[in-house]
This record gives sequence, C-alpha cells and structure tokens, in this order.
Amino acid sequence: MARKALATQRKIRVLVAKPGLDGHDRGVLVLARALRDAGMEVIYSGLLPSPQEVAQMALDEDVDVVALSLLNGAHMTAFPKVKRLLEKQGGRDIIVVGGGIIPEEDKGRLRKLGITGLFGPGSSFEEIVEHIGARVRKERWKE
Amino acid sequence: MLRNGREAYWRRKTKAVVEARAKAGSMYDKRALESIKKGVRQWQETVLREWDVKAPRSARDFQTASAIPLKPLFTPVDVSDVDFAGQGFPGVFPYLRGVYPNMYRGRKWTMRMFSGFGTPEDTNRRLKLLLEHGETGLSIAFDMPTLYGYDCDHQRAHGEVGRCGVNVSSLKDMEVIFEGIPLEGVSTSMTINAPATILTCMYAGVAMRQGVPMEKLRGTVQADMLKEYIAQKEWVYPPEAHLRLVRDLMVFCTKKMPLWNYVSISGYHIREAGSSAVQELAFTLADGFGYVELGLEAGLKVEQFAPRLSFFFNSTMDFFEEIAKFRAARRIWATVLREKYGVKDKRSLLMRFHTQTSGASLTWQQPLNNIIRTTIEALAAVLGGTQSLHTNSYDEAWALPTEKAVEVALRTQQIIAEETGTPNVADPLGGSYYVEWLTEQMEEEAYKYFDRIDSAGGLLKAIKTGYLQKEIAENSYRLAKRVEDGRDSVVGVNKYEVDEKKPIDTLKIDFRAQRSQNRRLARVRKERDGAKVEAALAKIAKAFENEDANSIYPMLEAVSEYATLGEIIEVGRRAFGTWQEPVII
Repeated sequence: MARKALATQRKIRVLVAKPGLDGHDRGVLVLARALRDAGMEVIYSGLLPSPQEVAQMALDEDVDVVALSLLNGAHMTAFPKVKRLLEKQGGRDIIVVGGGIIPEEDKGRLRKLGITGLFGPGSSFEEIVEHIGARVRKERWKE
Repeated sequence: MLRNGREAYWRRKTKAVVEARAKAGSMYDKRALESIKKGVRQWQETVLREWDVKAPRSARDFQTASAIPLKPLFTPVDVSDVDFAGQGFPGVFPYLRGVYPNMYRGRKWTMRMFSGFGTPEDTNRRLKLLLEHGETGLSIAFDMPTLYGYDCDHQRAHGEVGRCGVNVSSLKDMEVIFEGIPLEGVSTSMTINAPATILTCMYAGVAMRQGVPMEKLRGTVQADMLKEYIAQKEWVYPPEAHLRLVRDLMVFCTKKMPLWNYVSISGYHIREAGSSAVQELAFTLADGFGYVELGLEAGLKVEQFAPRLSFFFNSTMDFFEEIAKFRAARRIWATVLREKYGVKDKRSLLMRFHTQTSGASLTWQQPLNNIIRTTIEALAAVLGGTQSLHTNSYDEAWALPTEKAVEVALRTQQIIAEETGTPNVADPLGGSYYVEWLTEQMEEEAYKYFDRIDSAGGLLKAIKTGYLQKEIAENSYRLAKRVEDGRDSVVGVNKYEVDEKKPIDTLKIDFRAQRSQNRRLARVRKERDGAKVEAALAKIAKAFENEDANSIYPMLEAVSEYATLGEIIEVGRRAFGTWQEPVII
C-alpha cells in the first residue's frame, strides 16, 4: 500500500532536447511547458547540443525519458545517434520519444530502433503526455 | 535603447501618444458624434440584444491574436480622437498611409521567392526557373551548417547539408549558384546572419569574377543579429562580437557597396517563434533603434546608413491586426527617428519592408488549404503596403517546396497584383473605423513595450537576461493552449479533421548533396594556395583583436583565396568565444 502511494507521487523526469543545428525552439519550449504543467519534471537541453551531449545529459540527470525534436530534416541521423549513444553508455532503459516533421517512411525505421511517439505538427499535448506516461509506467515503473 | 536603459524618451512616449491624440481632437462634428454614440447605445440595447436572444453568440472570447479584446462593432466614436490630419498622405511623414506617393500604381511590390536547397547546382537551376517565371528579385535560403558557420565536411554538418537550403562552404559554391546569372541585372537577398559578413564578401567575389564593380551590387543580407538572440537563435559568438561584425559591415558598405542593404531588421522570426503581432512590432522596431545606435557609435551619420536599413515582417492569419501592424510600424519608425534621433533626411525616415507569409500558420493536415491561408496573408501584406513579398508554398509544413508548389505560391501574388484591383488605391483600408482603431492600439502597445525594454536595462540586457525570449515563449504557450482547448480554431487540425494518407507529393533531399559538396570542398582545399589562405586568415585574426579595425577588408581577401566559411568563422571563435543563451523555461 505504502509502495503504491509512493509510486503515484513519483514524477516522470524528462529531458527535452534538440540534438542538432536547429534553432527553431518554439516547439520544444511549448512542449517543455506542457509537460511541466502535466506534472513532469522537465529538463531542457538548451540549444544546439550534439547527440553526445544529449546522451550525457540524460545519464547525468537520470531521466526516465528523452524527448527529441528536430525540424531541420536531420532526424534520421540525429535521433538514432542519441539512442545508440544511450545504449552504449548504460542508458539502455531510458525511453526515447521524438517529434517533428517526420515522413511516414522514416517513422517505421525509427520505431524499429525503439524511438516512438514521432509526433507531427498539430499533435495535442494530451496525446504526447499520454504516450510518455504509458511508456514510463510500463517500462520504467513496471506497473 | 541598445546598451542603456532608463531614457526619459520612452517613458514619456506612451502617454504622449495618447495625449497628442486627445489634443488633436476630432475630425467629426461634436454633435454628430453625440448622435452616433447615442445610436450605438440604442442599437446595442435593443437591436443587438434582441438578436442575441434569437441567435445566441458563441461562447468564444472575441479578441485579436494579440489578445486585444474586440467589440462587436466599430464606429466613428472609436476613432473620434484619431489625428487623421497627422497621418499625412502616402509618401508624406509619418508615412502611415504608405512610403511612396503613388504606391502600387507606380511599381508593384517585388515578388521575391525565397529558395535554395541541396547543392549549389540545384539552387542555380531553381533561381533560373524563377527568373523565367517573371520573378523580379532573387532570395536565397541556406542550410543549417552554412547558417551556423560549419563547412559541409564538419562533423556537426553531417546529415544536415542541403536540407533546409543551399550549402555554401566556399566562394566556389557561390560561383556555381550564380552561374549564368549576371549580378548587374538582379537584386539578391540572402537570408544569412551570423556569417553575413562572409557571404557578402563571397557575393562581391562572384561579382569581381563577372567583372561587376562592387558599387553596383544590389541586394540584402539579413545580418540582424539582435533577432537571432531573441528568436531565430542562429549565432556563433556572444552578442557584442556579432554586433561588432555588423558594425564593420555597415561601415564598409557605406563606403564601398552603397546599394547593399546590410541589415534586414526582421520581425519574421520573432513572430514565427511564437510572439504576438504586438511583440513582433515592438521587438523588431526596438532592434531597428538598436542598429541606429550601433551606426551612430561607429561614427556614421543616420542619413548615411538609415536608407540602407530595411525591415522584414511576418504576415499571418489575423487579417486586420496584421494590416494595422504594418501601418503602425511605418509611423513609429518615422516618428522616433525624427524625434529621438533628429533625422531630417526623408529617405532615412521611410520604413521599407519585405513581408513573408507565415510558415507557422501552415498546416501539415490537408495541405492544399495552405494555398488559401497564404492568399489571405499575402493580401494583408499588400493592404499593409509591403515593398516586397514572399508567399509560402502549400507543402512547406511537409518539406521544402516542390517546383509545382512554388509556382502556385508565386501565382498567388500575381493574381492579387493583376486581377483583384487591390493595387489601384493606396492604403485601401485607411479610414475603416476598426483598422484605424486597431492601428492606434498597436502603436500604443508597442510604445509600452519600448518602455519595458528600456526599464529592463536596454535591449542588449533584455536579450542577455532572456527577458524578450521569455515573453515570446509565454505567448507561444498561450497560443498553443488556445488551440489545444479549442478556443482558437485551426481548420484540419482541431476542426473539420479528416483521415488522409499522404495527400501530396513532396520534395526529398538525399545524401547526394552532402557527398557532392564534400567532394567539391576537398577539391577547393587541394587546389588553393594554402600559404595565402593562412596569411589572409591571420589578417582577419589581427583585425578581430583590434576593436577599431574593420574586419571586412581582410575577409574579402581570405574569401578570394578560397578560405572556407568554417575557417573564417573559427578565427572568430578563437577571438570572441561562443555563446550559451540563458535557459528560460
């Protein structure tokens, strides 16, 4: 019983990041606020981190989730790179989700790597929050 | 405005604007106004109220996109204190009604379509196509590595070459982009900021090889670094260092490239980053005053450089608010330049501006609807008196546009210009009670922001503390929540949705650009005279060390020797360091 109460109080820790040469931060800043308002602890990478820096930050901050956003068309290089670096450096269990302008044919390949969500323009906060919550509860908290 | 705060001028100004209006009095007869006022009251209490019972109003809050509350009807009462005599005429101070006396009767706006993707060869072909279709000015988009000053073969450029624009790593690339396009006959706008000095030098380098003297080059680099820190966030060095480079460019061009517009003061990105129309107006003009002060610090006279400052605004979906914004902008610029900076020369008071329709307003869902959005936005820009216009393509929420989509976008402008009759009359909405009232509102709100920026210690401080960035982020979250909870509608996104499988064909950029750019750059590095490159780079380093030196001269030399973009940027990185913005969430 006590354990259960503890679990519901636990907050999801998310790193929101744009791993590349892309200063279009409107989306990430809005997302960061929306996740925070949904009760998550949000860490923002700041602009222009390399995939290596994002992975390192995720490990240092001990996050549950890394939420990646790119609008510059480089998602097929940058997203898998972050995922691979996480796996290599002991962050295999950190959940990676992504968003941006991602063509349908790329989505399948990213999902195969375990990068999910892949929210496009016009996605609602609700579906993003729900997706993150569901994966964390299942994979991290084993509920 | 730029470096200091607490100037009495800004504090006084908001009040002064309101007071001046009250004093100027009305062009309406007092008795007539009284009777209109009575009429409005009566109409509200009887006709409107009865109607509301029969056809209840929706629960929506009626307000502009900037959250200015709106009444159901505007009448002469709402503009009774507007100083219509003080508005002047087209081509007359304070230019509210337009910068040229005959406006589009004389010359239509320049149809300037922003383009650039893939390799320099791809872009060269696209530019030639646009020229064939009757476009009158070129406008070039660069890819992310170029914008951030990385060569195509740099590790950070991997996967990004040619994706969002054309890649330029050395003068060789610029030679290819303009192959077969005589620079004497065109005006070229380059959307480049942090490396703007280098790209200007490269353009001059291409001209030199074509035998066109620098004095004849017409075009624009954006070089608006202030808005980079505020909104677009493509910088390399700390703000002071980039401002110094802009200063060097201003001084150099004043002497050597007199027809070159070296700063395009941009509200576009501020708006795309999520600001309101009021914030776009206020922050952009504040940046403008910042560049005026930068020029003055460099020992130039305003009359020497102000005619070369141009503006770049966004036009998005709140039709009337956009038109009011453009009108207010012209008046504020002319008024402040005359009052605060003592400018008398007429050309220096004119706010000439380029407009681009809003990329952020385009939806990924039901993309053909974007043609309609772009049309409405383009019409607002024309009704607002723009000097040039870019219309977005319907597929841009998906990818860079296809040729077909670009053609439709260009045709959109041509239809407005040729078929609608809109260009027949200057400032066609002048006198609309609503538009005039809104124009006054926009102006007042802008002055309030100038005062707030001033109180925050001036523009540079407001940027370095993240004040302006935070204002924008908060507005953008406000807008996003309004769409999320349905208070604002976006057709196809939160209303009238349909299921659709990929509805349009889009442009795909592959790794071909990356490979071909890497090959060319390798060839450039091999064929150039390495010692000469080193010597030229050393000269730039020396110029960077000396605050009073002008770094453009050695940069011209380095570029001609095929020093790369990345090499020149790196010299600056060693001299000035880099910049991390304050985290604002």
